[in-house]
Amino acid sequence: MVDELAAGGRRPLARLLTLIEGGDPSVRGLVPQLFAAGRGAHVVGITGPPGSGKSTLVNALIGEWRERGRRVGVLAVDPSSPYTRGAILGDRIRMMDHAADPDVFVRSMASRGELGGLASTTWIAAAALDAAGYDPVLIETVGAGQSEVEVARVAETTVVVEAPEMGDEVQAIKAGLLEVADVIVVNRGDRPGADRAARQLRAMLSTAGGRIERTPPSVMLTTATTGDGVPALADAVDAHRSVAREPLAARDRAAHQVRRALAALATERAARHTDWDATLEAVANRELDPMTAAERLIDG
Amino acid sequence: MNDETPIRVLIAKPGLDGHDRGAKVLARGLRDEGFEVIYTGLRQTPEMIADAAEQEDVDVVGLSILSGAHMALLPRTVQLLRERGMAEVLVAAGGIIPDADIAKLKQAGIAEIFGPGTSIGQIARYFRENVRRP
Repeated sequence: MVDELAAGGRRPLARLLTLIEGGDPSVRGLVPQLFAAGRGAHVVGITGPPGSGKSTLVNALIGEWRERGRRVGVLAVDPSSPYTRGAILGDRIRMMDHAADPDVFVRSMASRGELGGLASTTWIAAAALDAAGYDPVLIETVGAGQSEVEVARVAETTVVVEAPEMGDEVQAIKAGLLEVADVIVVNRGDRPGADRAARQLRAMLSTAGGRIERTPPSVMLTTATTGDGVPALADAVDAHRSVAREPLAARDRAAHQVRRALAALATERAARHTDWDATLEAVANRELDPMTAAERLIDG
Repeated sequence: MNDETPIRVLIAKPGLDGHDRGAKVLARGLRDEGFEVIYTGLRQTPEMIADAAEQEDVDVVGLSILSGAHMALLPRTVQLLRERGMAEVLVAAGGIIPDADIAKLKQAGIAEIFGPGTSIGQIARYFRENVRRP
């Protein structure tokens, strides 16, 4: 299957992404092959509040990178309903400029119950796009507010997209999403107040210090609908690739990724435990605390 | 793949329709029925629809068309899906389609045609009962 990806087949890639999303048992065995076949694509996260123009900006960025001869892969995540598990996957509609381009692959993913702005399987899907020869691989998150920072643990470079109406200086100094940005974009740059929002962000972020060793992110203005500022944004993202691969940053991401895999494996193993039902019952009846229950399920 | 995985549906509008109110209502309704719905908007060519269906690996393609060009655009979409190895995908249509054309469209591979007045519940049930998963 992984060989077919390398040969450029779109149908095998699409099928594989479905297996990955569905948590098919066969995927566990494929993960090592996917990573071995990976060509080191630059994984770029695009996040920000709903309506800030993420998808339209991704559409513009695809165009820019295509002009530079790159094959672009996109994973666009939208939220699943907590009630019906249904979803409207509406990012693709903004990217139809590239519908007929064989060197662009766009896949919509529903978050399927995850709250961090991605689906639990998005990191494996990104590895599949890498193995299929797409570079960069863009991951567009669910519309994110302040604390959906998971994307920064999956992506090497995180772009946070804000609209000019994002708020005042206090919003700019809050902890969370803005902190994990490698590049901040004020999109809809043609709107009144866009310059001022960018200036405020720059001023507040440049004073960062203390225990944070990160370089303050650059703040850029774009108008995704006209393409203004998009080449400069693509340059900034490309330039960040080598920064993201410095040993400390790479190790940091690896720690998060292994922790996440560990949690997934432990959950999977515990769910197969013969005492699973009885243990849940005991916790429900308050005969057992959740921590001890988890310990027993892992040890057994 | 287990049966609990939501069914993925592409709702697409081939041709030159002027509005997509019905398609959006349907997309929203199917969301509430537990489907994952990809909506690609107005003025799509059969090629664009087949490409999107391929990349998204959908179980169902729902084509909404009001303009009268259904006899050209719908069979062409089915043909392109088959060429891409997606013959198993369930293709249904809705919109303004005269009764006289229905038999021919079914012969061309459109599984079902839903006219005005069909409830979203009926469409959802039809998709659930007829979707073919590998």
